[in-house]
Amino acid sequence: MLTYLIRRLLSMIPILLGVMVITFLLFYQINRPETMARQILGPKADQRTVETWLAHRGYDKPIYLNTRPGEPLLDSQFFNTLKGFLTFDLGISDYNDEPVAKMIRRGILPSLLITLPAFIVGFSLSLLLSLFQVFIRDSLLDRWGTAIFVALMSIPVIVYVIFGQWIAANLFAWFPAFGFNFEGLSTARFLALPVLIMVLSGLGSEVRLYRAIFIEEIRADYIRTAQAKGVSHARVLLVHVLKNGLIALITVVVASLPFLIMGSLVVESFFGIPGLGNLMMNAINTSDFSLIRANVYIGSLLFLFGLMLTDLCYAAADPRIRLQ
Amino acid sequence: MPPLWLQNVLFLAGAVVLVWLLRRVLRSERYRRAFIRLRRDPLGIVCAAVVALFLLIGLSDCLRLSRQESLLDYAFRHVPVEESYSAPLARTTYDEFDPKPLKGRHLLGTDLLGKDVLHQTLKGCRTALIIGGLTSLIYLPVGALLGIFAGYFRGKTDDAIQYLYSTLHSIPNILLLIALLMTLGRGLSNMALALSITAWITLCRLIRGETLRQTTRPYVEAARTLGQSHWKIITRHLLPNVMHLLLINAVLGFSGLVMTEAILSYLGVGAPVGTASWGAMIVSARTELSRDPVVWWNLVAASGALFLFILALNLLGDALRKAFDPRA
Repeated sequence: MLTYLIRRLLSMIPILLGVMVITFLLFYQINRPETMARQILGPKADQRTVETWLAHRGYDKPIYLNTRPGEPLLDSQFFNTLKGFLTFDLGISDYNDEPVAKMIRRGILPSLLITLPAFIVGFSLSLLLSLFQVFIRDSLLDRWGTAIFVALMSIPVIVYVIFGQWIAANLFAWFPAFGFNFEGLSTARFLALPVLIMVLSGLGSEVRLYRAIFIEEIRADYIRTAQAKGVSHARVLLVHVLKNGLIALITVVVASLPFLIMGSLVVESFFGIPGLGNLMMNAINTSDFSLIRANVYIGSLLFLFGLMLTDLCYAAADPRIRLQ
Repeated sequence: MPPLWLQNVLFLAGAVVLVWLLRRVLRSERYRRAFIRLRRDPLGIVCAAVVALFLLIGLSDCLRLSRQESLLDYAFRHVPVEESYSAPLARTTYDEFDPKPLKGRHLLGTDLLGKDVLHQTLKGCRTALIIGGLTSLIYLPVGALLGIFAGYFRGKTDDAIQYLYSTLHSIPNILLLIALLMTLGRGLSNMALALSITAWITLCRLIRGETLRQTTRPYVEAARTLGQSHWKIITRHLLPNVMHLLLINAVLGFSGLVMTEAILSYLGVGAPVGTASWGAMIVSARTELSRDPVVWWNLVAASGALFLFILALNLLGDALRKAFDPRA
């Protein structure tokens, strides 16, 4: 098990390196720091201001190799960025000089406060609905259910958010339509609507996916055997199908767990929740490139972490995988 | 900017090639059988018709009579421009104190500048068509060819292609899109490029898996024994056998692209200002809901068009999948 884990970890190093290089190319090569400086300081800024701004962030160093006399060879933008990524020293914000790592840390808790409940409610609801659909499979209700879930899935999240906020503000006046605070129960009131909308917007695709996984499982031979020897329909579904289907579900669900930290771009910015999604939105509006760069890197780290978790769960659930 | 007639000829040629390809493809056995199955599925036919209608409207807005006027604008030339908001089918402008009589009737009302909302909504088809079409034009060939290369040649080629897509895939989709659009700059063509960079991955994995399965079949071995070149095996034998996956993926991918465009508009990295896209319409109309009296038709029209198009594409994709693989 341990060797398997180490082997998986090692295989991720080149991918992480690739991500770093892509991020670097995008933010340093395609879009040069000088252009960023002009974008942020405005076209009227004089050459001196731009130069101090660049020097303050280390953007004035040579791009790949430092060939200036008397300076270390690797003291260049490329290697400094790599070093920063590895040591989580993500530099300071291009917009307001605040350390990026601090801004990100501050956003994690509010993000988790909406994504975690949304995930728990959404996952259980999808599981229940998909199992029910499998239970009544091929009936008229099942077909209508599928049609409704496809329709739910075809509504873009911004439409959910806009209409959801309007309906809540006009018909159910007790939900605050905007804002956030950290005061016990009233926080929950602020969170209820965003969570509800996140659950609803994800429901369609999740139920469809889970249903497909369970339907595949129910066609397996061992299910026919179980039914033939007289196991009740409910037991087949809740014990055999659910247990085996859950292994397939692991890939989807566990891989998405680390992303809960990232929050939700649209929902957070729309409801004014100061999470990571909102931070990203502000970064776009203020052209804060260092913050976007850091977010891209952390996003892929979380993705790889999710991949790791999936592998671990798989290996724990299925002994054959460990031997490969 | 190329001259107008060249633009028109290019768009028309694109449409003709698409129809010709579909007709050509229908000659082969597998596609004919799938087509017969699809014809028995009324929902699939309706969805195909809706998608075709949207694409035709989009195409009509791509064909320009002059710099300012497209074929679609020409069809709306008798619809007058009003002074301000007016509700659907109203006779006066939407003003509590000083309602003015309208010059004409508007099925979906008018917006702040007095433009007909139905006209504006239909113009959104063009952006959807261009974004979806241009992106598909880039990512479908790239994804399919790389997928087949990886599955057919295996070994080092496979490793390299797998490394490329795992690396790109490990950056969350929306973050990569934002990063690309922020650094490349906004605009329809950059958007299509950015969307292709994220879209080819799913297709490539899918095609790679299917090619791996197909290459173990005797017909590939037979072709190789008979001395056919790699290129011929790929284009004549493997490509036709994974083509249906390409078709299904293109239809479902199109809906994803249109949906992503709306989200990108909201995030502020969408289509450039002045492009009539549904996403931009929704974003600019969202403040109208908090007006008193409320202006809802702008938002409802854009969301409705977007929803209808995506729903039709999703259902068509499902119907196609069922038609090609009745067991699933």
